[in-house]
Order: sequence, then structure tokens, then C-alpha cells
Amino acid sequence: MGTLLFFNVFNGLIIGAFYAMMALGLSLILNLSGVINFAHGGFLAIGAYIAYMLIPYIGFWGALIVAPVLTAILGLAVERSLIRRLYGRDPLYSLLLTFGLSFIIEDGTRFIWGAQGLQYQVPIWLQSPLSNELFFLTGYRVFMVGMVGVMVLALFLILNYTRLGLRIRAGTLDLETVSVLGVNVRILRNLNFGLGIYMAGLAGVLAAGMLGLQPTIGDSLIMPSFISIIIGGLGSLPGTLLGGLLIGVASGITTVYLPQASEAVMYVMMAAVLLVRPRGLFGEEGRF
Amino acid sequence: MDKVNVRTGDVVIWLLLLAAPYWLPLSGGYVELGSRVLILALAAMALNFLLGYTGVLSFGHAAYFGLGAYGTAIVMKYYVESTPLAIAFGVVLGTVAAAIIGPFIARLRGVYFAMCTIAFGQVFYFIAFQWRDFTGGDDGLSAWHRAPINFGFATLDILNNNISFYYFALAFFAAAVAIMAFLLRSPFGRTLLAIRENERRARFLGIPVDRHIWMSWVISCAFVSLAGALYALLNDFVDPRALRWDQSGNFVIMAVLGGMRNFWGPLIGAAIFIVLQDYISSHTENWMSFVGLIFMLVVLFFPRGVLGLVKRRATS
Repeated sequence: MGTLLFFNVFNGLIIGAFYAMMALGLSLILNLSGVINFAHGGFLAIGAYIAYMLIPYIGFWGALIVAPVLTAILGLAVERSLIRRLYGRDPLYSLLLTFGLSFIIEDGTRFIWGAQGLQYQVPIWLQSPLSNELFFLTGYRVFMVGMVGVMVLALFLILNYTRLGLRIRAGTLDLETVSVLGVNVRILRNLNFGLGIYMAGLAGVLAAGMLGLQPTIGDSLIMPSFISIIIGGLGSLPGTLLGGLLIGVASGITTVYLPQASEAVMYVMMAAVLLVRPRGLFGEEGRF
Repeated sequence: MDKVNVRTGDVVIWLLLLAAPYWLPLSGGYVELGSRVLILALAAMALNFLLGYTGVLSFGHAAYFGLGAYGTAIVMKYYVESTPLAIAFGVVLGTVAAAIIGPFIARLRGVYFAMCTIAFGQVFYFIAFQWRDFTGGDDGLSAWHRAPINFGFATLDILNNNISFYYFALAFFAAAVAIMAFLLRSPFGRTLLAIRENERRARFLGIPVDRHIWMSWVISCAFVSLAGALYALLNDFVDPRALRWDQSGNFVIMAVLGGMRNFWGPLIGAAIFIVLQDYISSHTENWMSFVGLIFMLVVLFFPRGVLGLVKRRATS
């Protein structure tokens, strides 16, 4: 029982790390631009498929570096050509636009790579378990948690110690003043969107190594990401991170005792948070 | 616009709806398509009660649509073969669920409201998906069919006669639309408009804004679940896709496509969207891309919808 519990908590942590990574990207875009990016799951899938294409040429490690960058470039282009037009309008429109975009991306990936699941090779030394007792702790899983940790650390360093990060944080609080102070807000939003999509792409490359690759790979991750943001509180990235890990671990633990409810527990947590603290755990008062 | 003009529009729409089973086949359509437009238009108009007239962005209406549909199907399949009872149960199920979810979200606004409605909507999707023994899981509930309605002195055969079913649905549509129009003209409806236009000012006037939003949400969801109940009867079938979030998106795009600021807008939007979808999905496998494209084109080029466009032409 102890091992089973440990296994599921660890598993929940991995899943939670994915939720968090996806939710952090969503949260970045939402906080600065007020856009709920429904197509985030689609960009995740694109990142994974790009990696799938690149692995035969540049190997897993190369793809891990290049694929998210290419996805982010695509994200920059999408922001410039489509999403930019909708800033300052009713949030309804950007929601509908990204909604339609997610349809097109899902259908497009299915058209190009087919509906059936694909597998790609992760390095062999990552596939083997760490020890016989902890058979479930394959190197790849540990590696993924580590990668997410590094990614999160990098994000917080960028936000706290670079000029871009400073501007993103300032823009989240008061975009108008940032604009008046001479920062080019169009470029700022563009880069911020790219950063969010980069994280989606990276999550995609990592997730596909574990879950396999299919056009709907992002679907199972997008709702939990929303819940992470709601639980953590709008406007707070640490909140989003905590929210993701929390629901991941909670659904991991629930799997041990009541497997059918592993999905439901997230929604129960969300309801509880909304009831007690409508702005979320770390959300600012009066933001929405 | 003067009043006479608006009345003319109403009369034309009602005449077109009444005569639809006769002109649809002539114009290359079929009666069932007319019923589908009618039912989904009811859903879109009910959503617009909240979206266009209260100014609250819900992206989770499919959940209550689906609950209405599942409630109806469950009664028909497992309990009694009575169409009116099944519809009543479906509507009660959807409305009660909305009333319970309401207090959680009535305090939220804007994108936050939208996100929470989506997330709560998914709860019902998962229940329908996972509770295999009762809801049929992914396969849905089939092997049941709507029952003819016996009035005592006469029987309305909505099962075998498509045209009868159309008029059956139209009766519900008319009643629901009339109630919504009446509510919007009442002091309650005016209060909702005031909240939409300036929430802070409404609050200063002493209007309990959160409670009004909750009420508007419940009313809107009640009519959406009625549409869901009729939808289940139309298809003699229901599956979890009826309550997935992409269905919610469809309702929103219907309302926007027709024009959210117009009472009949969602009906026009539903008609255009469904006919296009019907045409596209019978011609290409990649219909999803085209539907996505419709979403994007509407947002970028017709944000006020078809009726908004017509109105602007008329006034300028």
C-alpha cells in the first residue's frame, strides 16, 4: 500500500507538473493580454509533432531544444497576424478566435500526421527503471519532473531578473502606464505570447515521450490547466504553479482510494476554492 | 427604427417558421434540418439571454443542454415512455444543476466567468462519460425513441411524422421565445440591461447584481435544457458530445454570427451555421477546419453579426 501510494503521488506530481507547465503559459498570456488561449493544447500537439519529425535527424536532445523554439515562432506569427487584432475588444472575440484556431490545428495535425497514435524514441538510458524496488520510477519520469523544475526556475529568473520579465510583470499590473513609459506594448505582448507558446511546445515534446502522440494530446491537459489557474488565482504565476501541482497530486492520491473520482476531485477542489475564496488562492482582489 | 418596422420583422419570421416544412423541401432542405435549426436556435437564443442581454460571457451552456438531453433520454429509456414527462424531467435536471452551480460563479466576471463555466461544464461531461452503466459512456444512450403524444381526443404522431415533430418543437420554441421576450420587456429584463451597460452604476442604485446574474443564468440554462430535451427527441439518441465544450462554442458562435444585440440574431446565426455545417460535413472530411475557419472569419470580419451589419447599413 505504501509503495502504491508513493507511486500514485509521484505520478500525480508528474501529471501536475504538466498541468502547471501548460497553465503557466496560459496564465502568462491571460495576465498580460486578457486572452484565454483555447488553442494552447493545439500548440502543445504541434510542438510534439515537430519533435517527432526532427528526432530522426537531430536526435531527442536536439529536438528538445529546437522543437519548442519553432513552436514559439509559430506562436509569434499567430499573435501578430490574428490575435493582435482583438486586443481591447470584448474577451468573447479572442475566446472564439482561439477556439476556432484549436479546431483548425487539431484537424490540420490529423490531416498531416494521421489520427493514429505515433511513438518516438527517447534515449534508452532514460527508459530503464532506477531500481528494482521502485520499478515505476523510470529515468524518463524523473527527468521530466527535473525538466519542468528547470523550466519553472528559468521562467521565474526571466520574470524577476531581466528587462523583458520586469516589463511583463509591470504590464500585468498596469499596461497603460507601461505603454506611457515608452515600452512598445505590441512587441511586449508578442514576445509574451511567444514565451507562453514556448512552454506549451516544451510540454508537448516531454508529454509525447510518455503519453504517445496523437492530435488530441492537448485535450486532456487543457481543462486541468484552467482549473490550475482558477485554483491558484488569476494574475498569480506562483498560484498557477501551486494549483497545477496540487490538483495533480490530489488526483494521484484519489486514484489509490477511488479511481473513478480521480478526475472529479479536481473539480471539487475548484468548487471549494471558488466558494471560500472566489479570486483563487493567490489571486488579487478585484481583478475580475 | 420605428415600431411598425420591428413588428413586420417579427411577423415575417413567424410566417417563415410556420411554413418551413413546406418551403424547406422546395429550397433543397429537408424537414429534419428545419427542426434542428429550430432547436439549436432556441439554445442559442437562451444563451443570448445571458450573453447579449445581461452581458455575461458563458462558455459552458452545453452542459445544461446535455443535461436536458440526458434527462429526457434516461426517462424514456429506463422509466416511462412518455414524451411530456421526459421533457419535464430533462428541463428540471438542467435547471436544478444550473441553480446549484450558479452561486459559485455569479460573483465572477469577464474571462474568469467564462473559464469557470467551461470548467464546471466539463464535470457533467465526465459524469456522462464515466458512468457507463447508466449513461452508456462514450456510446451514449440509444435504442429508445420518442413516443407519440396522446391528448385523449387525438394523437400527435411525432414519432413517424417529421412534420408533426417540427410543429411540436415549434410550439415549445414559440412558448420559450415568448416568455423570454416578455421577461426582457419587464422591469426585471430592464434591470439586466442596466447591469450589462454599467454594472457599477446598477450597484449604486441598490440593485442586487449578483442575484440578478444568478437568476438570468438559471433562466437561460432552463431554456437551454429545454432545447437539449428536444434535441434528444429529435435524434432519438444522446451522447457525451452534446455536453462537451465545443458544443458551447457552437452556441456562442451562432449568437455572434447572427448578432448578439438583436433578439432574433441567434436564430439567423443558427440557421446559417447549421446549414453551412450540414453542407460542409457532407462534402469533406476536414469539416473541423472549415468550422474553425467560420469562427475566425466571423470574429475578424462580422463581429456584430449579420443583423448588426444590416442594421448599420439601415441607419447610416
